[in-house]
Amino acid sequence: MTDTRTPVVLVDDVHAGYLPGVNILNGATLTAYQGELIGIIGPNGAGKSTLLKAIFGQVQIRGGSISLDGEDITGLKAEKLVGKGVGFIPQTSNVFPSLTIEENFEMGAFQKPSLTAERIEFVMSIFPDLAKGAGLKKRAGGLSGGERQMVAMGRALMMDPKVLLLDEPSAGLSPVRQDEAFLRVSEINKAGVTCIMVEQNARRCLQICDRGYVLDQGRDAHTATGRELLNDPKVAELYLGTLGA
Amino acid sequence: MDWLQIFNNTLASILSPSTLAYALAALGLAIHFGFGGLINMGVAAFMAIGAYGYAISILTFGFPWWGGALVGLVGAAVFALILGIPTLRLRGDYLAIATIAAAEVVRLLFMTTTFADVTGSAGGLGGYHASFRASNPFPEGTYGFGPWTYNETDLWVRVMGLMTLAFATLLVFMLTRSPWGRVMKGIREDEDAIRSLGKNVFSYKMQSLVLGGVIMAAGGIVYALPSAVNPGVYVTSLTFFVWTALLLGGAATVFGPLLGSLVFWVIQTFLTNFLSGLTESGILDMSSSQAGTLRFVLVGVALMLLVVFMPQGFLGDKKELTFVR
Amino acid sequence: MSADITPPVSRPKSTGLHIGEPAAGVKKVDPIIVASGVKRTFGGLTAVDVEHLEIPRGAITALIGPNGAGKTTLFNLLTGFDKPDAGSWSYDGKDLANVPAHKVARMGLIRTFQLTKALGRLSVMDNMKLGQTGQTGERFWHSLIPALWRKQDREIEQRADELLVKFKLDKKRDDLAAGMSGGQKKLLEMARALMTSPTLVMLDEPMAGVNPALTQSLLDHILDLKDEGMTVLFVEHDMHMVRHIADWVVVMAEGRVVAEGAPDQVMRDPAVIDAYLGAHQELDLGVVTGRVAIIDADPTTDAEASASVDAAVIEAEASAELDAEKENDK
Repeated sequence: MTDTRTPVVLVDDVHAGYLPGVNILNGATLTAYQGELIGIIGPNGAGKSTLLKAIFGQVQIRGGSISLDGEDITGLKAEKLVGKGVGFIPQTSNVFPSLTIEENFEMGAFQKPSLTAERIEFVMSIFPDLAKGAGLKKRAGGLSGGERQMVAMGRALMMDPKVLLLDEPSAGLSPVRQDEAFLRVSEINKAGVTCIMVEQNARRCLQICDRGYVLDQGRDAHTATGRELLNDPKVAELYLGTLGA
Repeated sequence: MDWLQIFNNTLASILSPSTLAYALAALGLAIHFGFGGLINMGVAAFMAIGAYGYAISILTFGFPWWGGALVGLVGAAVFALILGIPTLRLRGDYLAIATIAAAEVVRLLFMTTTFADVTGSAGGLGGYHASFRASNPFPEGTYGFGPWTYNETDLWVRVMGLMTLAFATLLVFMLTRSPWGRVMKGIREDEDAIRSLGKNVFSYKMQSLVLGGVIMAAGGIVYALPSAVNPGVYVTSLTFFVWTALLLGGAATVFGPLLGSLVFWVIQTFLTNFLSGLTESGILDMSSSQAGTLRFVLVGVALMLLVVFMPQGFLGDKKELTFVR
Repeated sequence: MSADITPPVSRPKSTGLHIGEPAAGVKKVDPIIVASGVKRTFGGLTAVDVEHLEIPRGAITALIGPNGAGKTTLFNLLTGFDKPDAGSWSYDGKDLANVPAHKVARMGLIRTFQLTKALGRLSVMDNMKLGQTGQTGERFWHSLIPALWRKQDREIEQRADELLVKFKLDKKRDDLAAGMSGGQKKLLEMARALMTSPTLVMLDEPMAGVNPALTQSLLDHILDLKDEGMTVLFVEHDMHMVRHIADWVVVMAEGRVVAEGAPDQVMRDPAVIDAYLGAHQELDLGVVTGRVAIIDADPTTDAEASASVDAAVIEAEASAELDAEKENDK
């Protein structure tokens, strides 16, 4: 059954890398339709983060193309992509430590300051815990890992993006916070934001995603719906049975 | 327009002490930047220390010429140590900033009237040639041919300059092909990897700083050998000219600095004479001092274009670009 | 991945490495590294907070944990590439506090990096030669006189060639390292590390990005290290690999050591499973959020429980944890 809708994000046979002559992505392909939650799993070094960075214009693309709602965005710089509705949450260094939470959010809406007030309202409805204590006046650098994660996500949401790229949102979090992070992503997705999420916690990722891609050696080894991948014994053994159930 | 004069002067510049001095300074800078990845914006200071060390030792302390030269070289080594100890452990930009400041400090020290009886202050130093000329092995007479005709003193200066250059080039050539050179190459690639193999990266960078500095000082001495030590020479534009010469030839090569200096001086001399000829014959409506300034403008533009379009220089390997990190 | 490959020829695992019950921070019979109270924070974030850790000599220890657990930071701290805020640690009885990275390497503690540091613009042979310690030719004045180092350089080259043959990289000896595949670069890094004649080899994710065809070869080489009397500490995410070759496993999460023990036992530890899979593995978050019908629930979970639980419960738990943290910080 072929889908006739225009995908929100289409990554077509992309080859990309950081150093000259060395490609991390070797023909990666990905399709995301409006409103979907896409999961990308696979071993470390497979190119998962690189795939996200390629979509966000932060890696040199040497082959293939990427399009957003049918418009070619291959190699387009990040600041242009933010204006077009793409949000990116990197795994590390994702908040401005010397700024307060509020200022971080304001930076998020930098290209469209008029949105700030209403978007902060929306973000706070998703992350009410941030209002605790000194609230938004807290310095981002003094926050715990879990709180920083929330600020990073909130900041990316300030531009009311249509696509959100998340690089391992559960990394470095305590077990219960990991679960909370996945619930948050699901909530954001339900609000209408298409999400493409790279994850190491493959089981949780596949439980909430609509469709998943298994990346290995820089290309897709496997793609199916989240449920199909969860129930696939091969996938389960290679990527989900991390601790030998 | 006296074309014969213009070409004569241009060809003569190939063997001028200035060219040889620049070649030495550029070679020293190649060791700093090309091989060690260190950004030195105080080349003029090292050359000044060489020149002043030489002249002051002879004039104030009565050293023979080779003693003065030794003092100049040792002075540069000490200067490099002082510069490097605080800055080499930090990010590369700090060394660059420190060298700019240090160069100014050195220049002002030599300019200040406080030490005027030793440094000659703004007037500089002269008349230290007796010892050097006394050791001249060439008997009185005229040597050479065409644009390269010299008396015995001029010849002695050039021979000395060439021998120094040859020695320094040989030294650098041997080093780059040795295990020491291999470690430096590795440091330029990835410092942490080299550290993880047990090599003291700080020590190697310091050695590179000292060696390059000493060779630059030798350049300063060769520059001062025939004429005088003029503080107006050892200014920031000298540093940038040496950088231009280095980048022109190829920063990470042994012969690049030599080729670059040669091309640089030949073109500079040609431009000076050419522009001069133009103003004198009235074709260019400006004074000769304005023409001199125009020359600097052209050099500046050339440096910018070089860095943008051909940063590897004539002999450099585009893949080995040290700018791209 | 490695599950498709037959397990390596059986080499016996080391046992009896610990004193007392296996638990986080348990003492070892013959530790080569002893670390206490090592703490490293970045801004307000605690990257590493290890109360006590001992690494057994002559064995292969795996350091596992989810991404962001602090494993690489711990490596950096132990090998002098980073300075901790507090703590003491020793290698072979020698105190390593404030010892710079290159000195640590000279003591026999060699580490590799997560992102391979094969020196791209140097040849494979040059990379190998750089591994050799105590080279006369590397000293400034000596380097000027080839006669002083030529002979030694030839000997080093011979040794390098032997190692390259072992790692099957001999055909590439004169090629630039940058032209090799990711897996080959990892092999080169390991071979180069062996040139230093190390006592303890710390490998940071040696399998990451490596073609499955080379995985077996890498595994065998690591086992060879142990056979030759070296101690190995490696970080990995591939649990099959860990089970195959690790004698001992240390688990880190959120900067702390949460468990230690033999591989099979550690991987059954509930705290460890939590750290990797989330707090409530019996729940299918797809069902909890209503995205997925109960009948499609993840077979490893409890479908009924997932349906009856409200997302708010999990959120409340996370909120409570945050409050507890704030209390502890005061």
